[in-house]
Amino acid sequence: MDPVMLSRIQFGLVAGFHFIYPPLTFGLTLIILILETKYLISDDLLYKKISTFMIKILALIFAVGVATGIVLEFSFGTNWSNYSRMVGDIFGSPLAAEGIFSFFLESVFLGVLIFGRNKVSKRTYWASALLVFIASHLSGLWILIANSWMQTPAGFKIEGGRAVLTDFFAAIFNDSVLIRFLHTTIAGWITGSLFTAGVASWFILKKRDMEAARPLLSVSLVIFMATAVLQFGAGHLHSVEVARMQPPKMASFEALWKTQAGAPMSIIGIPDPDQKKTHYEIAVPKLLSLLIDFNPNGTVQGLDQFNKDDLPPIVITYLTYHGMILIGSLFALMAFIGLVLMLIRKLHETRWYLWLLLVTTPLPIVSNTMGWMSAEIGRQPWAVYRVLRTADAASVVVPAGQILFSIIMFSVIYILIFAVFLMLLIKIVRKGPENVTIGYVGE
Amino acid sequence: MDTTTLQVLQTVWFFLIGFLLLGYSVLDGFDLGIGTLLPFIAKNKKETATLLTSIGPVWDGNEVWIITAGGALFAAFPHVYATVFSGFYLALMLLLFALIFRAVSQEFWSMDEARRGLWKWTFSLGSFLAALLFGVALGNVIAGVPLSEKMEFTGNFFTLLRPYPVVLGLLGFSAILLQGSTYAILKIKEGPLQDKFRTAGKWIWAALVFFWALSLILTAVYLPEGMKNPLAWICTAALVVFLVLNRIWMDRKNDSLPFITSTLSLVSLWSIAGSLQFPKLVRALPGSAAHLTIYNSSSTELTLTAMLVIALIGMPIVIGYTIYAYRIFRGKVNL
Repeated sequence: MDPVMLSRIQFGLVAGFHFIYPPLTFGLTLIILILETKYLISDDLLYKKISTFMIKILALIFAVGVATGIVLEFSFGTNWSNYSRMVGDIFGSPLAAEGIFSFFLESVFLGVLIFGRNKVSKRTYWASALLVFIASHLSGLWILIANSWMQTPAGFKIEGGRAVLTDFFAAIFNDSVLIRFLHTTIAGWITGSLFTAGVASWFILKKRDMEAARPLLSVSLVIFMATAVLQFGAGHLHSVEVARMQPPKMASFEALWKTQAGAPMSIIGIPDPDQKKTHYEIAVPKLLSLLIDFNPNGTVQGLDQFNKDDLPPIVITYLTYHGMILIGSLFALMAFIGLVLMLIRKLHETRWYLWLLLVTTPLPIVSNTMGWMSAEIGRQPWAVYRVLRTADAASVVVPAGQILFSIIMFSVIYILIFAVFLMLLIKIVRKGPENVTIGYVGE
Repeated sequence: MDTTTLQVLQTVWFFLIGFLLLGYSVLDGFDLGIGTLLPFIAKNKKETATLLTSIGPVWDGNEVWIITAGGALFAAFPHVYATVFSGFYLALMLLLFALIFRAVSQEFWSMDEARRGLWKWTFSLGSFLAALLFGVALGNVIAGVPLSEKMEFTGNFFTLLRPYPVVLGLLGFSAILLQGSTYAILKIKEGPLQDKFRTAGKWIWAALVFFWALSLILTAVYLPEGMKNPLAWICTAALVVFLVLNRIWMDRKNDSLPFITSTLSLVSLWSIAGSLQFPKLVRALPGSAAHLTIYNSSSTELTLTAMLVIALIGMPIVIGYTIYAYRIFRGKVNL
């Protein structure tokens, strides 16, 4: 098999598996910070209890996140060494900065959260929760700076076949960083808050630990409702950015076969690249033009505009993009229902809604993955958009057989770890927030 | 472009990456060492919990040193990062598998009572493989590897397993084990568990001296120019002094000085490696094209400058709160 394809599969696999965890961390560190703040202000031991329970869950999630994250940093060198040679002058810096500015901070103060409750003052403990929250988001920012540079490269010139840095801040604050960070952060808050709401709902459905579950549901559901709605705005802005900066990607997202004025927005369908049409398509007329151009008759570039060699695979890009939007729409609907139930004070009695919160808990992870697949597959055939092709980015000295071996190993190890992770997660939740111990004692 | 400024920056980054690797070996070194020894020394749940607690609050921050070193190598010397990581592909994959198991095993041990035995052993095996593979990888860039004129590694997996780099790797591995046992002596209350580490420490010390002597002989054979390096000899003299002091203080049942002298031995070992390497980063075997040096494999002046600013702002803060966190968890582990 083609080593480039194998390396792509491996990177997709290890990045996809890793990215189950950081969005959960985003949301959970936010919720823990809120709980710790309430505890700091009110001195109410209930919040301390709930927070300790959430920190126990965070410790498990963080451990798997760390374990799988280090693979990604190595992968640029192991599988994409030509990429590293070509763009290392720019791309290495955000990775190093991520370590210096965020990973140290996150790891050191998470250690205080897990092991230090009885060793530091209440204020210091709260400050640790704040620092872990900041650091986890900061690490997201740095890695998204790196990713965004691959999407909308800036601040460099090509010299002797290598990309050479000309303006550090232009490279860091390239055109897609801020909107990508916003979109990803909100996605993380949705992920962590729905996860927490699902856990709290389970307690309420089981009629146990109600005292802890009710405030936990309130806090998480409010975050979920706000972010599920906000994501529509952020997602929209991100799409406009893509349409402006990466028109072939937008045309592939929508499977817009022809350049046209008053372009429709596709809701669902099955694109067929051979016949250049989308089967069973439901589309809203003129909506794409309106959303991108703020003008229902604006012209949007279609797939016919671009050289075939510069286009990504259409079907998977289209399907993952629309899958993400469908799930996001479901979240908005759930947020609306949740708001109504909260307003009429029937939230805790509406069992079907609590069940809905519980069973949709994994869905943000699915939509996160689909979103990233559409963003990264949609960037193809480029590793760095219009600068370096993916085919020219891979390592030349690694034989296909070795990559196949590592793919198999990663798959086996990750399935094993995921199974244990799920089992332990369920176990922690079943045990509940009473008498939670963290650290290595008392169990 | 002012060449001298660039050369100064390249030299500074040689030392900064050396500093990050040193920090990794000193800090994560002790938890790798304790992790490797764990199932051989801890015979019950209480002892295992004590050892895991001694490293629990800090191991994760310790591991960030290698993540940052990797990022800094990528940013400052992309060709070295590219050549070594792709060239040593299988070894690095094994290293990753080891690091993955190591990172999850501690949490899994604490939460999964039914399989504690399993997670204790995966933690040990992961720590062992990681410590050994880091050492062997480093041994290879010191001993030299075959390189093409495009800076690509032209050997295979077995190239990495030549006797000289493997012995250098075992030397590093023994130093990590010494770091682990002396840290355990520092953190564990007087009693049978601490005594086991005092005993293990002496055997490990002997192994370290043995592999050091063997390394010296093999260096004379495979890297004769290294024997004419005065700086390396000065660092070797320091190493001998620290190792002797380490043994003396271990025999006198001191709690903290063995760890300090073990740390200083690691500093000496890295200084020897640095003296032998500078300005090379990856030595090329005879018959290969050029060595990878700080001059032919670095990023541009602008990138090195930007990274230096980031490091000068960030690292003092990192060191500050790392010391603060160690102070929070200072003293003997009390379960």
